[in-house]
Amino acid sequence: MKVVIQIPSALRALTGNTNQVEVEAQTVGEALAALLELYPSIGRYIFDDQQRLRSFINIFINDRDIKTLNGLETRLKDSDRILILPAIAGGLSRGICKYI
Amino acid sequence: MSDLVQREVVKGSNYTSFTMEEIRRYGRHLIMPEVGLEGQRRLKAARVLVVGVGGLGAPVSLYLAAAGVGKIGLLDFDEIDETNLQRQVIFSTPDVGRKKVEVAKERLLKLNPHIEVETHDTLINSENALDIIREYDIVVDATDNFPTRYLLNDACVMLGKPLIYGSIFRFDGQVSVFYAGKGPCYRCLYPEPPPPGLVPSCAEGGVLGVLPGIVGSLQANEALKLIIGIGEPLIGRLLLVDALSMTFRELRISRDRNCPVCGDNPTIKELIDYEQFCGTRVSGEALDAARNSITPLELKKLLERGEEIQLIDVREPVEWEICRIPGAKLIPLGQLTSRLHEIDQTRKVIVYCHSGQRSALAVKLLRELGLTNTYNLAGGIDAYAEQVDPSIPRY
Ligand SMILES: [Zn+2]
Repeated sequence: MKVVIQIPSALRALTGNTNQVEVEAQTVGEALAALLELYPSIGRYIFDDQQRLRSFINIFINDRDIKTLNGLETRLKDSDRILILPAIAGGLSRGICKYI
Repeated sequence: MSDLVQREVVKGSNYTSFTMEEIRRYGRHLIMPEVGLEGQRRLKAARVLVVGVGGLGAPVSLYLAAAGVGKIGLLDFDEIDETNLQRQVIFSTPDVGRKKVEVAKERLLKLNPHIEVETHDTLINSENALDIIREYDIVVDATDNFPTRYLLNDACVMLGKPLIYGSIFRFDGQVSVFYAGKGPCYRCLYPEPPPPGLVPSCAEGGVLGVLPGIVGSLQANEALKLIIGIGEPLIGRLLLVDALSMTFRELRISRDRNCPVCGDNPTIKELIDYEQFCGTRVSGEALDAARNSITPLELKKLLERGEEIQLIDVREPVEWEICRIPGAKLIPLGQLTSRLHEIDQTRKVIVYCHSGQRSALAVKLLRELGLTNTYNLAGGIDAYAEQVDPSIPRY
């Protein structure tokens, strides 16, 4: 299946500002693996050490959260749109940066 | 659904009445059958708390005041600075240095003297949140940080109040209404925040000035709808705004039965320590970062002594255009691993960014890759400009 993965602007620094990627995959997990092959540095943002999806990242197929489908095993249809959606807080840097 | 929502959201609208001036002022509402006198009464009886008087809080509070929301609470402890004026349209240049809540209150009462504005010049925390929020019907999340977002979410779930959520980053916005019992909460969507530094914050990433205007207006629209009891609230829906491609996209979100706060067997039954939960208090990782960092004054001494160091700037090229530390080499964070060979491993490496967050990440990464003689410039080029070289523009 040919599907489109949309990259949120929070992660575009890691894709050279590319906002979407077209990949060939049967499942969501395969699609993400294909994305990581193109942009390896994005991996640690999406998956934890056990290769589980991080808790501040949501993956949607079209308008559905994969948590309500079959997770990473969810099968794809041609021209599905996959969206990676990290939590964004907006604003503020000092509150967090001052400790570093 | 919306009728059900409004009856619970605002109580006591039967007791409100209007003066001649108010009737004239709200005329454009009153002549719409969806609002009418009854809707306007509900607006006047409503009490809305706006947490954060910044990019989002500015349009939210202006529109709520103009619409005649009877009581508006403004919560913020900050003062206005020049960098706020690019998007926080409730403030003016002469207001720089003054308390945000004070200036905003003056502005709202000038806009509409028929309303009441209460200021909360404080940092909301686990001790005061429930007492403050209890006095309001609706809370608008116009904050800019994770600890406050989780605090507001949990407090609103516990008190059964609707929370109108909005957040922004660069050109992207998100809006939703979290209302426990009727739909998911923020934790159903994101059980945990990202560790600090992993996803860049707004000051690192920037934000298009008009985006908070768009998102804040959408939040105000949701608040007015909930109060009047019309339309379809954004409950169970997450609206994404992309200001660059100018597209809106709607995602379905649902309650998580295992949610720690609104799930079937909640484990969080009282407010917790949100700084600790979000890792924004000095953590082990932050201490490691501090050990591997040098101060702007130490860098100044190293440069003056002419020591063999290599200065790496991990910001983006647009930031490099604004300013740089002389002698530095630009390798944006996203290219670090692919351009590793450009870093001379025999010399001491000092990495900087704007405020020290991205560079801390870079130092961690480089050390993991074996470049153990790598240090972070604490506070970034911003601290360096402040403490060492005032000729460097700050942004
Ligand atoms: Zn929940």
